[in-house]
This record gives sequence, structure tokens and C-alpha cells, in this order.
Amino acid sequence: MCLAVPGRIVSIAGDDPLMRMAKVNFGGIVKDVNLAYVPDAKVDDYVIVHVGFALNTIDEAEANQVFEYLKEMGELGELEDAGSSGSTAPR
Amino acid sequence: MKYLDEYRDATTARQYAQAIARVTTRPWTIMEICGGQTHAIVKFGIDELLPGTLTLVHGPGCPVCVTPVDLIDKAIDIAGRPDTILCSFGDMLRVPGTAKDLLSAKAVGADVRIVYSPVDCLKIARDNPAKQVVFFAVGFETTAPANAMAVYAARQQGIANFSMLVSHVLVPPAMQAILSSPHNQVQGFLAAGHVCAVMGYTEYEPIARRYHTPIVVTGFEPVDILQGVYMCVRQLEEGRAEVENQYSRVVRREGNPQAQKLIHEVFEVSPRVWRGIGEIPNSGYALRPAYADFDAERRFHLTARAAEESSECIAGLVLQGVKKPDQCPAFGTRCTPERPLGAPMVSSEGACAAYYNYRRTAAEPAPLRQSGG
Repeated sequence: MCLAVPGRIVSIAGDDPLMRMAKVNFGGIVKDVNLAYVPDAKVDDYVIVHVGFALNTIDEAEANQVFEYLKEMGELGELEDAGSSGSTAPR
Repeated sequence: MKYLDEYRDATTARQYAQAIARVTTRPWTIMEICGGQTHAIVKFGIDELLPGTLTLVHGPGCPVCVTPVDLIDKAIDIAGRPDTILCSFGDMLRVPGTAKDLLSAKAVGADVRIVYSPVDCLKIARDNPAKQVVFFAVGFETTAPANAMAVYAARQQGIANFSMLVSHVLVPPAMQAILSSPHNQVQGFLAAGHVCAVMGYTEYEPIARRYHTPIVVTGFEPVDILQGVYMCVRQLEEGRAEVENQYSRVVRREGNPQAQKLIHEVFEVSPRVWRGIGEIPNSGYALRPAYADFDAERRFHLTARAAEESSECIAGLVLQGVKKPDQCPAFGTRCTPERPLGAPMVSSEGACAAYYNYRRTAAEPAPLRQSGG
């Protein structure tokens, strides 16, 4: 029920602050999203969307902390997995 | 997809799993409080990556599952009336009421429609001026901004043939009910990231202090959940009980003030009955008196009536984290997603459905255990 999906704002239309609508691209699928709760959101921002409403913009700087955290905690050392095909670096 | 794929990276997940194993010295029980997290945990086999002494239990984090039977009966009652359209999220349609579910009401002619967003009901109401359009508003705080907007916009736009059957529940009072229970086994919580995206996490700070229980606001992807578990275990091992925010790319401490403003314009805090658990004080939202004319219970003069549960279903114990789904004698035999006895088996976020759909056997290892990404 609380599923919310990240997507990129492609365009914004409408002057009514309650009904400011955006086209948001979710990995190729574009849907109409209400931006009433993210008044500062602009084109190319990523927003997290739940039942047609953007709940927040995604903080790009904070998005990397998951991947830096273990290093900061001193937990990454001998346990680096060799030969992984995973892409740890966010794009 | 950006902001999804990288949080499913198998190498990072394994690094977190190894870090968790290294910091865990004692048995701990941690509860996640969102059905989306429950499904990710079981689907990706996250629980299988954890040390055996670490137990993840699944909380009442599925609004569909905790919606009381008598409200489902009321929705079926409304749907069966002439010139009425009942709109709902798809999840609600197969949840059993006392005698039947909404899908069987639809099968015998009721106009029941699945909507993606509550504001879609306003268009249906405009297109059908001679009919009453009712939205079955089920949800946690995450869904409240959308539901509040539907009511607010209906008032603004003068849409009089729209109303709402409200079944809104709130997470922090449920956590307190679990922590206060004599059966409580929970020592730490993963709080639901999208609930906190709306409400922030200041409400959780007094709970962490009062019950000396760490609470980590956590996202929904495998790496998010593993980091949340790691942060929670560290707190437990170090004897700390704080609110920490794993999901900082989406959640700010104060939440979303614009959304909260509209929620409080339309809704007020009220007691709510949770299916399988009972009434919890201050645990839900009801429409404010100023919006009472949008209350479907009033408009259709619905009163409380006797509602009956399946006697065999242990959903209440599952929802409180006392039992796991596969400890139920009916699990997977007399209760399946096709023929559910209780809501957690039918909802896409129910713990029983997660176990039924994703639980793996030894011959079929979890995806994160396989090498590569």
C-alpha cells in the first residue's frame, strides 16, 4: 500500500498550486503526477511517487550514503568480494 | 532504473550481510512495520542472509490487512445499492468480509471500480452526476495526503456526489501497542520509510526513549533494508535506543510540511479498530466535522453491525509479530491467495502472501545468495 516509486520529472504544467501536474518518467513509462506537495520540484528532479502524488524530491547527495556508510564505519576491509559483476557506483 | 537498481546490488548486499554478522553477538528480534518491506525481505531472501540469532518479525504494516471486517461489510453494502459506484485500490477487492468480498459483489452486478489514485474518483463523479461515487480510503500516513486532496478538491470544485469511507491508520500508536503488550518480543524497529516521508520522524523519538527501543527509518530495497538492520543491530549491541534515518535520500526529520498541512485540514486523529488486534486509541484518521458531509458512513446511514472472522485464521498474532505465517495450521492448505481465510493472505503486502509467494526451499536459493548481480 505504501509502495512509492522514483521517477524523473519530464515536464510541468498548470498554475494552480493544488493541481500542479507533471509528466514523470518511470524507467520509460510516463505518468501524470500531482506536484502539490513538492512546490519546489523542477524539471529533471527525481521525485518519489505514491498513488499519483509526489511525496518528496530525492536528495541526490544523500542517495550515495548507503554505499559510503560501511567504509565510514570501518566495516569494509578484508571482505571485499572479488570478481563481482555488480555496479556499486550509482549512476 | 535510477534510484532502484543500485539498491539491489548483490555485492553491496553481501557486504552489509557480512557486517551484520560481525557486529551481532547476541540474539535480537527486529520488527519491520511496512508490508512493502516484508515483501522485499521474503522476496529477496534477506532474512536468509542474516545470522541465525537475528530474527525479523513482520508487523501490522498492511493497511488492507488491518481494515476491520465491519468496514468491508459496509463497503459491500454501499456497492450493492442502486446508482452507486464504489471505488477502491485493487488490493481491497478480495479481502474477505463476513459473508463475501467486494469482487463477489462486483460479480453479481455491483459497480466496483479499481482506481490508481483517489483523485481519479473526482473524474468518475463528474462523469456520472446521477450516481453516488464512494472511495474506500484505506491506508497509512503515506496515502493520507492523496486522500485528503481528494476530499479537499471535491469541496473546492463543488463535487457533491463524492464521499469517502475512511479506514485510515497510523503507525506510531500501533508500535506503542506492540511494545506495551505482555507478549512483546520486539527489541528494535525498522520504521516505514514512506510513512516518514510524509510525517517525518519526530513522533518516534519519544517512543524510542520511553521503551528504550531503537527505531531506524528504512527504505524498501534490499540494500536499504540490510543497512537498516545493520544500524538497528549496532544500536542494540551498544545499548543505544535512538531514532536513526537510513532513508535520508527521501526522508527528512520534519517530513513534508505541505502534505501534513492538508492532512490536518481534512482529517483529525481518532480511535481505530485494527482487524485482528482490536481498538487502539488515537490510531487513525477520521474526517473533521467541517468535512463530515463527505463521510460515506453518514451519507448512507451506515451503523455498526456484527461482523464475523474465520475462526481458524491467526492473522492477529501474525500482525503483532507473535507468530510467523507458516506457523498457522491453515497456511498454504486451507488458506491460499486463491481462497484466503484472512486478509494477510490476499493483500499484495500481507505477510502470509509474501511467505506463500516467495518462501524458498533449500533447492532454490534466494537471489542475493547467487553470485553476480
